[in-house]
Amino acid sequence: MKRLVLFVPVVLVVVLGVVLFAGIGKDPNHLESVLIGKPVPAFSLAALKQPGQSLDSSVFQGEVSLLNVWGTWCPACRDEHDDLVWLARERGIPIIGLNYKDKREAAMAWLDTLGDPYRLNIFDPEGRLGFDLGVYGAPETYVIDSKGIVRYRHVGPVDEKVWQQDLEPVVRKYREQG
Amino acid sequence: MYPELGQFALILALLLAVLLSIVPLAGSITGRESLQLFARPLAAGFFVFTALAFAILTHAFMVDDFSVAYVANNSNSMLPWYFKFSAVWGGHEGSLLLWILMLAGWTLAVSVFSRHLPTVMTSQVLSVLGMVSVGFLLFIVLTSNPFDRLLPNVPADGADLNPLLQDFGLIIHPPLLYMGYVGFSVAFAFAIAALINGRLDAAWARWSRPWTTVAWAFLSLGIALGSWWAYYELGWGGWWFWDPVENASLLPWLSGTALMHSLAVTEKRGVFKSWTVLLAIVTFSLSLLGTFLVRSGVLTSVHAFASDPERGVFLLGLLGITIISSLALYALRAPVVHSRSRYGSYSREIFLMLNNVMLVAATLLVLVGTLYPLVLDFLDLGRLSIGEPFFNLTFSPLAIAAGLLLGAGIFSRWKKTDGGWIGRKLLWPLAVSILAATAIMVIYGGFEPWAFAGCFTAVWITAATLTDIWDKSASKKGRWQGMRRLSRSYYGMVLGHLGVAITMLGASVVSNYGIEREIRMVPGDSVTMAGYQFNFLGMTQRQGANFTANVGNFEVFRDGRAVSTIRPEKREYQVRRDMMTEAGIDASLSRDLFVAVGEQLSSNAWAIRIQYKPLIRCLWLGALFMACGGFLAISDRRYRVRSKLAAKVAAQEEAAGGKSAPTEALS
Repeated sequence: MKRLVLFVPVVLVVVLGVVLFAGIGKDPNHLESVLIGKPVPAFSLAALKQPGQSLDSSVFQGEVSLLNVWGTWCPACRDEHDDLVWLARERGIPIIGLNYKDKREAAMAWLDTLGDPYRLNIFDPEGRLGFDLGVYGAPETYVIDSKGIVRYRHVGPVDEKVWQQDLEPVVRKYREQG
Repeated sequence: MYPELGQFALILALLLAVLLSIVPLAGSITGRESLQLFARPLAAGFFVFTALAFAILTHAFMVDDFSVAYVANNSNSMLPWYFKFSAVWGGHEGSLLLWILMLAGWTLAVSVFSRHLPTVMTSQVLSVLGMVSVGFLLFIVLTSNPFDRLLPNVPADGADLNPLLQDFGLIIHPPLLYMGYVGFSVAFAFAIAALINGRLDAAWARWSRPWTTVAWAFLSLGIALGSWWAYYELGWGGWWFWDPVENASLLPWLSGTALMHSLAVTEKRGVFKSWTVLLAIVTFSLSLLGTFLVRSGVLTSVHAFASDPERGVFLLGLLGITIISSLALYALRAPVVHSRSRYGSYSREIFLMLNNVMLVAATLLVLVGTLYPLVLDFLDLGRLSIGEPFFNLTFSPLAIAAGLLLGAGIFSRWKKTDGGWIGRKLLWPLAVSILAATAIMVIYGGFEPWAFAGCFTAVWITAATLTDIWDKSASKKGRWQGMRRLSRSYYGMVLGHLGVAITMLGASVVSNYGIEREIRMVPGDSVTMAGYQFNFLGMTQRQGANFTANVGNFEVFRDGRAVSTIRPEKREYQVRRDMMTEAGIDASLSRDLFVAVGEQLSSNAWAIRIQYKPLIRCLWLGALFMACGGFLAISDRRYRVRSKLAAKVAAQEEAAGGKSAPTEALS
């Protein structure tokens, strides 16, 4: 009987382990990005389609937008592409692309064949802005408010479910705030 | 080329650790000493290759090798060399490598300093340390390789070290903290080895004690440094936030404190064996849990590493295997027979048992408070954090109760103590504490119940400790000879207990009498707080090595006399464009004056945060006392001389059930 009591710690630890396991991968308050609540890092990069045109963080000013990090080398980006096209065409969501560590010709061809959901694309072949944003990999999607402040970060492909559950509430909230 | 060698060194270290975890253990089970003798060389090899990997990573940082992804993400060519050095442990992969280096260091230390132990014991302890190392080396090699390359697109420059980490405190805080965390692995390994060979005796407790004490001392320093860093670097002027990561370091500290005391009882009196061995397992498990909480992203924290579910699962698996198997071994092998040793109701055994009850209660409290959000989320009750009010409300009474108990327990003797005698002994400390606590209330102007209780307890501990020194140092040859006769481990204990008192005093006073104000100021404004007049002269610019700063200039006067000039900064780091608040602090033992610059409100108006922090330095001074006490205790003669007598003494102790001379006190 006394020996059985000694097994109590084992049982407690197993229960604790289950709880911890359930907690893995759930994003605690979606605060993982240090940039949440801070402005998009400053940058000066060329536009994808107009190589002569230089873009900076003022492109995020004026209205709530999505910043989508993508590349033609990324299979998951292909998965989410149709959903982005749907978002842009059916819902009129302004999406700004960050073409990340990619080749210009490949990216242009991609947009020509699959459709172009982006209002404009920032061309970032060396991943400079990607570094500043702390991008783990593509695809990633950020909600940026009308003042250019990062409000939300989603890692992984965007689909209808992610849009409805995670992104749309944030977009709506910051649209209402002006 | 070098980074690949580094990775190769890590893999070699892993192979050696695998051998270390198998060969000596197999030798000890089959009784073949030739296999047991492999333990030391394998431990040394494991250390050498881990150190080599660490050196290569450091080299990559020093020469700005941005083809290494980890270097590119955590360093920048503009960084001063000492921050390039500390950036080695500025991110997940490197800090994990530091963790493993510490583990290798402790393993090596055990193999060097335990030559006088029986070979069987040493080989088993080193094998257990090898097993822990295998787990963590697998973790780093499989999921978190610090030597991964960014090829062929090597970035021109790195993304820079997080500016929060560009600070002196962070150069030494993680190494000290990890020394503490990982150090408990030694006590753990001794406990597992003792369970395996069924020798849970006084000798086992005696061998574990110095390792536990030194790990605890490092952890105390690490936690204090972390608190100090948060105080001046985060710009809020707080010193403890009950943040999950802070709690993660406090948990093993609390249970480690309980373990130190419980080991004393087991060594001196041969009782509480099962309990002590359980505490040793739990303490190291809590260290591992802390590592998991910080790196898996299950909880929100100001200093969690980038979260990655895959790593989280791996780490949890590692944790599960380690903790469950060791607890299962405990359940199967721990002695359940009551020890025959008797002790009376006011004996030192009883006081130390109550001490353990308090410390374990505090550990559970912090654990529950930290994991509560996770449990709620698991039960689908939503995510919320219980935060400071819960901890302050529940932790303070426990701390005070433990302090009061400590004051009384100092006078107790092993086996039995006359309760009335202890009561009479405590009259003086009682009187002194009431007077001193009242005096403190008068000085800081105003009675606060918690401040009174805290100050009373702090003085109570101090008075009881000093009385005890006075009693014990009585000698025919005079007071000085009497003081010299007391052992270093006794003075270590005294320092540790005084440290607790000092920290408690600081915490009580600064929490209750600190003043914080946030105000809008334009140049020329002045504000008066706690008798100090702060004049805001204006903002100037300064160019640092890799940042530009707006510097606020403040003059502080008291009674018309200039006290100091305080220059808080608001820095913008150029690479990441991060804004950082660098508080200006005029520090002294009796009080800190803290000024931080907040937002710019209009063209020349700024939000300014001014704080008056009485006795805040005592918090960290107390921790320094505790750590010094720990180091002093392990330098005691009995841990050095014993090399020749070890076996003999151990055998005698066992036979006698641990006699202790009246003057040889608990340490």
